[in-house]
Amino acid sequence: MAGVTSRRLNGAVLLVAPFVLVFAVFGVFPLLYTAWMSVRRWHLIDGDHGFVGLANYARLFADPDFYHALGNTVCILVVATAVQMVLSLWLAVLLDRATRGRALWCSVALLPNVVPAVAVALIFAQLFGRDYGVVNWLLKLVGAGPVNWQAHSWSAYLGVAAMVVWRWTGYNALLCLAAMQTVPRELVEAAQLDGASRWRVFRSVTLPLIRPTVSFTLLMSVVGGLQVFTEPQLFDVAGLSGTGGNDRQFQTVVMYLYEQGFGRWDAGYAATVSWSLFLLCAAFGVVNAFVFRRPRSGAGP
Amino acid sequence: MVLLSLFPLYWSFVMATHDNSAIASPVPPLLPGGHLMANLTRMFDTVDFWAALRNSFLVAGIVSVANVLLSTMAGFAFALLRFPGRDKLFVAVVGSMLIPNQLGIIPMYLLVGALGWQDTLVAVIVPGMVSAYSVFWMRQVVREAISADLVDAARVDGCSPLRIYRHVVFPCLRPHAVVLAMLTFIASWNDFFWPLVVLDSNDTPTVQVALSRLAGGYFTDFSLLLTGVTMGTLPVVALFLLLAGRIVDGVSRGAINR
Repeated sequence: MAGVTSRRLNGAVLLVAPFVLVFAVFGVFPLLYTAWMSVRRWHLIDGDHGFVGLANYARLFADPDFYHALGNTVCILVVATAVQMVLSLWLAVLLDRATRGRALWCSVALLPNVVPAVAVALIFAQLFGRDYGVVNWLLKLVGAGPVNWQAHSWSAYLGVAAMVVWRWTGYNALLCLAAMQTVPRELVEAAQLDGASRWRVFRSVTLPLIRPTVSFTLLMSVVGGLQVFTEPQLFDVAGLSGTGGNDRQFQTVVMYLYEQGFGRWDAGYAATVSWSLFLLCAAFGVVNAFVFRRPRSGAGP
Repeated sequence: MVLLSLFPLYWSFVMATHDNSAIASPVPPLLPGGHLMANLTRMFDTVDFWAALRNSFLVAGIVSVANVLLSTMAGFAFALLRFPGRDKLFVAVVGSMLIPNQLGIIPMYLLVGALGWQDTLVAVIVPGMVSAYSVFWMRQVVREAISADLVDAARVDGCSPLRIYRHVVFPCLRPHAVVLAMLTFIASWNDFFWPLVVLDSNDTPTVQVALSRLAGGYFTDFSLLLTGVTMGTLPVVALFLLLAGRIVDGVSRGAINR
């Protein structure tokens, strides 16, 4: 019997081993090592210069450029997430009602998600161009002056948020749609018989039942939003140094990480920025779990 | 909504068919022009775009095949086999799904340097071969598609887990494996941050890095740039259209990551 068990065991271990090995080396190890590097002075090329305690963190908390990047990231994230959630719920309702060609509409909705972020950023950089951009051309048609989208923080937030919204709304709508289709038809019909309006049915019946999915979508969109890099990095095609414009007007946290780590080779400090980003994501995860705690009487997904 | 979701792609194509004077005209051109071939020739003269395309195909191809193999194997083991530490390990895999994947980029850079992979495609390929999402998804699929009794019966007959995987599990998983391979290919093709960092001084990087270099400089040549963008987007859009229905189905199950 012992022979059978060990043979079984060996086979199973053989199957997971390749994954676990690569995952440990290239997934878990860099993650933990980031924490280790964040308490050391470390030059990307020269290497380790020893333990410095919390000096990197003290520097981070006193670093106006970091706060600036964090502020930019949060502003872009709030705009993008709010618009995305509303649009994707609305799109999901429309898709849910569609009786014909739903599969086709779903494909169209998902298409932007497979387009490379680099392509999205470069296309939108043209659309939001100062001189020949389509957005400014449309503004001119309605009599508004041209906007130098890359020059101001607020306008760059809108531009970057537009890219994120364009790329992720359809994807989130599909997740919401999948959840909506598990809502029992009888519940919706009963509410309608009681004279509830469409909006009322959505707000009081559908939305509470798809709460877990909405919370998951929100979490994913915030965690993704905290890491946004490619879209703002390529928004101003003339400046690729990772500073997000001359005055850092749209530099995000990950762009700052890139600038510090690979522009100034300050690996220890860049690791500190990374680790802080991780703590932010974790904090949001906890808040999200707390706010969206499933009520006892609530139905499952 | 449909218009909004298709317009940027259409616009990129339109730009690729015009020269810069048309782009600079007071009214933006809304219909394709006749400069596509000229732009393409100009682009291939400016950067070695063929090499970039070849590299991206190579990287995304190897990554998707390896990722599918590793994650179906691990998914099967996590779902139906017993080994010490299985549940704890799986919790770690699921937990890592919520951690920002760009977090470890500094140690990754040092690690790849220590291995001597800097500026080589290997540095982009190997880390891409594993993904917690793929394993999580394949474990779900195995649980739904394959009965534990079948595996147990095969085992009683003296079949090793490796043989069960080859002759029972993998054939059952093939349709899902194809969708996973497509999605992994697309994700790998689109990856930017890591290739940008690790292929920094490589003359022939992947398509996305080549495009970002094409964008740099004092003067931005948008017709050239968007010709590149159109070329660099075409393969993944084509792949998506090929299997759109099944990919939509996969996403709807909430199994696919960003």
